Amino acid sequence: MDEVMIVALLVATLRAAAPLILAGLGELVCERAGVLNLGVEGMMLVGAMVGFAATLTSGSVWLGLLAAMLAGAAMAGVFAVLTIGLAANQVASGLALTIFGVGFSALFGAPYQSHPIPGLATVVFPHLSAAAPLVQQLLLIDPLVWLALAAPFLAGRFLDRTRAGLILRAVGESAEVAHALGYKVMRIRALATVFGGAMAGLGGAYLSLAYTPMWTENMVSGRGWIALALVVFSTWKPLLLALGAVLFGFVTIAGFQAEAWGIPLAPNLLATLPYLATILVLVLISRDTLRLKLNAPAALGKPFHPAG
Amino acid sequence: MLSRRTLMLAPAAGLIAVPAKAVTAALRVAFVYVSPVGDAGWTFQHELGRRALDAAMGAAVRTSFVENVEEGADAERVIRKLAADGNDLIFTTSFGYMNPTLKVAGSFPGKKFEHATGYKRSVNLATYSARFYEGRYAAGVLAGRMSKSGIFGYVAAFPIPEVLQGINAFTLGARSVNPKATTKVVWTSSWFDPGKERAAADTLIAGGADVVTHHTDSTAVAQAAEEKGVFSIAYNSDQSKYGPKTCLSAITHDWSAYYIRRVKAVLDGSWKSIDTWGGVKEGMTKLAPFNAAVPEAVRKEVAGVMAAIGAGTRKPFAGPLADQDGKIKVPAGQAMADKDIAEMKWFVDGVQGKI
Amino acid sequence: MRLERRAAASAAMAVLAPVIAVMLAGLGAAALFAALGRDPLACLYTLFIAPLADGNGWSELGLKATPLLLCAMGIAVGVRANVWNIGAEGQFTMGAIAGAAVALGLGDAGWFVLPLVLVAGVAGGAAWGGVAAWLRTRCNAHEILVTLMLSYVAIQILGWLVRGPMQDPEGFNFPQSPMFAASAMLAPLFEGGRVTGALVLALLTVPAGAVLLDRTVAGYRLRVVGLAPGAARYAGFSERRAVWFCLLLSGGLAGLAGVCEVAGPIGQLMPSISPGYGFAGIIVAFLGRLRPVGILFAAVLMALLYLGGESLQITQQLPLAATGVIQGMLLLFLLAADVFTLFRPRFSRSHGDG
Repeated sequence: MDEVMIVALLVATLRAAAPLILAGLGELVCERAGVLNLGVEGMMLVGAMVGFAATLTSGSVWLGLLAAMLAGAAMAGVFAVLTIGLAANQVASGLALTIFGVGFSALFGAPYQSHPIPGLATVVFPHLSAAAPLVQQLLLIDPLVWLALAAPFLAGRFLDRTRAGLILRAVGESAEVAHALGYKVMRIRALATVFGGAMAGLGGAYLSLAYTPMWTENMVSGRGWIALALVVFSTWKPLLLALGAVLFGFVTIAGFQAEAWGIPLAPNLLATLPYLATILVLVLISRDTLRLKLNAPAALGKPFHPAG
Repeated sequence: MLSRRTLMLAPAAGLIAVPAKAVTAALRVAFVYVSPVGDAGWTFQHELGRRALDAAMGAAVRTSFVENVEEGADAERVIRKLAADGNDLIFTTSFGYMNPTLKVAGSFPGKKFEHATGYKRSVNLATYSARFYEGRYAAGVLAGRMSKSGIFGYVAAFPIPEVLQGINAFTLGARSVNPKATTKVVWTSSWFDPGKERAAADTLIAGGADVVTHHTDSTAVAQAAEEKGVFSIAYNSDQSKYGPKTCLSAITHDWSAYYIRRVKAVLDGSWKSIDTWGGVKEGMTKLAPFNAAVPEAVRKEVAGVMAAIGAGTRKPFAGPLADQDGKIKVPAGQAMADKDIAEMKWFVDGVQGKI
Repeated sequence: MRLERRAAASAAMAVLAPVIAVMLAGLGAAALFAALGRDPLACLYTLFIAPLADGNGWSELGLKATPLLLCAMGIAVGVRANVWNIGAEGQFTMGAIAGAAVALGLGDAGWFVLPLVLVAGVAGGAAWGGVAAWLRTRCNAHEILVTLMLSYVAIQILGWLVRGPMQDPEGFNFPQSPMFAASAMLAPLFEGGRVTGALVLALLTVPAGAVLLDRTVAGYRLRVVGLAPGAARYAGFSERRAVWFCLLLSGGLAGLAGVCEVAGPIGQLMPSISPGYGFAGIIVAFLGRLRPVGILFAAVLMALLYLGGESLQITQQLPLAATGVIQGMLLLFLLAADVFTLFRPRFSRSHGDG
């Protein structure tokens, strides 16, 4: 392995992880406020579709990214009205949101299939494919990957070091106590949920605008569920979430690399590795009961009504 | 994961306008698809065949399709409903529909059924498939001529015979012009997952592959190659717009002529339950137009290989053929029998990867 | 407007809310059909009524509702005890695998094959649920994530088996097992239909679930563990036992659903045996408000939506995505309407939290 190859594999790992980090962070913040939204897959798909459609119509990938975030936020808004406003069950509403998102993106995205667009990296660095191999690899780390790398630090800082973050966590720990202290529990939860939706939309748009620049229905292919798993895997810690996403990408890429070298692996059994690794890590961190309890939002999934 | 049952607006809307009663004379033909029609891939090629059938037969046929039909218990219900609803000829286009199609064909002896890629037939159930590997062999020649490193990347979904035939034929074609060529194979364990196909292509390109190809359903591999500036050879559909500079060609399936022929056979009463395994000769396997990057000499050579395969003078699986361990599978002077090709479960020498 | 919790759930609203939700979703669906250039009434008829126009339609409805009902019932019992099994899909798959192993191993040995196949299916599903229970009670790993991850693992194991150890040697190396012998298969309940005795088993879980949850001490304990873990501990109810019980039960039921699919309408093991029944079961459980009778209705409604979606494609040439949108809308409306059974809307100037 020369250094170009090592860098290329690392970059490939980061790019595979970026959408998981973006969507996962949104869900993490949302869950920290006590809201469990299982609609990530649906929000990512709608974000991917709307982002792509907006880019194609406006010609600007930046407008596309904005549109994707708005679309994800709107989906999350529906979820917030249902679960926070009307106290509907969060698990079922999230699953219904995914069904809706899968159908919606496929139905209204149909006219946008079959229209290739230049990927984000090529938009930012027009002479990408002409660059020297090593430079090219580094340029493939497009702005969204940088954002995905920086966002966990920002989110961690927000949650742990700012007053707003403290309030958000308080709401997730005990809505009743936070309410008694005078915080607007429902408004804070709604904002966190909408933020989660916007990030899921962005994660979806990373797929349709940067990673595989196209729109095809169902192109998210389960990454929303992986993002959800990563949140629990991370014990609700942004940095661990990013680490988990990179690890997930790494296990996938390493498996491919092993196959390319001709190491005999049953592909189906190899495909179980990321999931088994997640369980293993979960077991390892969960043994430390105290730490898990410190991090898990105590009021996760529990509806709250001040009038109750 | 939750609901894969999504699909595309089909340009079949025109069909609705035709009142059912007015066209009782038309032969009704239905297609069952395993995935959404989309804009490239296995199902899309069958859909192109259906559209060609519509265009060629006009008012003599009325076609319809159901897409994204799961290969489990749902398939039988859909096929049965199509038969009960008055369709005369039903094409089921995925391997997993074999037993459901057989069952339904048994309960509707007056209707005709055709199942793609399977091996079970009955009085009113025919089977059909294409020798995709013939196009793969020619694509291998193309890759062998265009590659500098002699290393090829192959993103494949599952190690079933159809996929293994393609990998082997591609490698043999490449080795026919570059005896040192090697094909690196990675498995995605999914027919359609653009992100995973992309990651697999990234890995192969990082490992030195300068021509990549795939046996999966998305356009992600061609896109990855375009971004990295290496060549790709697409599969199923022409994907040149996803790789305008680097997608050299594509091995495509063309079912149009077959569908038209079979429908005509039903109309004139000559339809029989047969097995069709057509290839280059029958026009069922083709190469998409070459990219501008392919020099004239290479174009001629590859076209020549296609012509020779079509004429039967060149057989992709002609001996001597050795497997990865050097064991002779086909002795010199012989060509592999169709039955052995159909059951293929080994790699030829030159493939790096394990089943 | 603000919501005020009712002292007791409103019985009238419990009936009325779903009706209103279905009507609202129907209106939304009609608007969508009109927007897509179709006759809304004809489409609504195709979606909700045409699938049940003949006996075979009812048979297919029962066939489709069976796995949903089995998966949802187990999930619901768990959720009542605060045990979240969202991996019924994996237990379904393992049940199918275990049942298939017995079916293929015994062949056409006699009448006793089918019962053994079914028992193996239950055991396979329960074992897969048991892994999650063990990891939860032993290592404190939360079952939401473990069961979900184990689903993916199970699906890949199935993919490996049908391409390896359990592959049909006569099958030209295609990914499938041999067909099961007749004595390993559930017979159709009546000639010409596909619905099997599995439907009867699934229907039996409705009274059984109701008795378990509402009439037995065990059910009472489960609910206490779910509602007030602290109090439960004080009263000496073991959370540990609740976790084991729920995951074994729901895993077993999902496994039964899986084996009944492969030993019923499918007849062999293949890579895709479930269009997501385990996941749909979660929605069914909540739509049914975690109550057995409600789950029965929800499973039937969900099954009808699947059938109606197919009909819309076949007779109206409507994209399946449109059905997805309608399904999502209907589910969201149902969930939203639910709130009015527990809360009373009060239209006054809000001075609380908004």
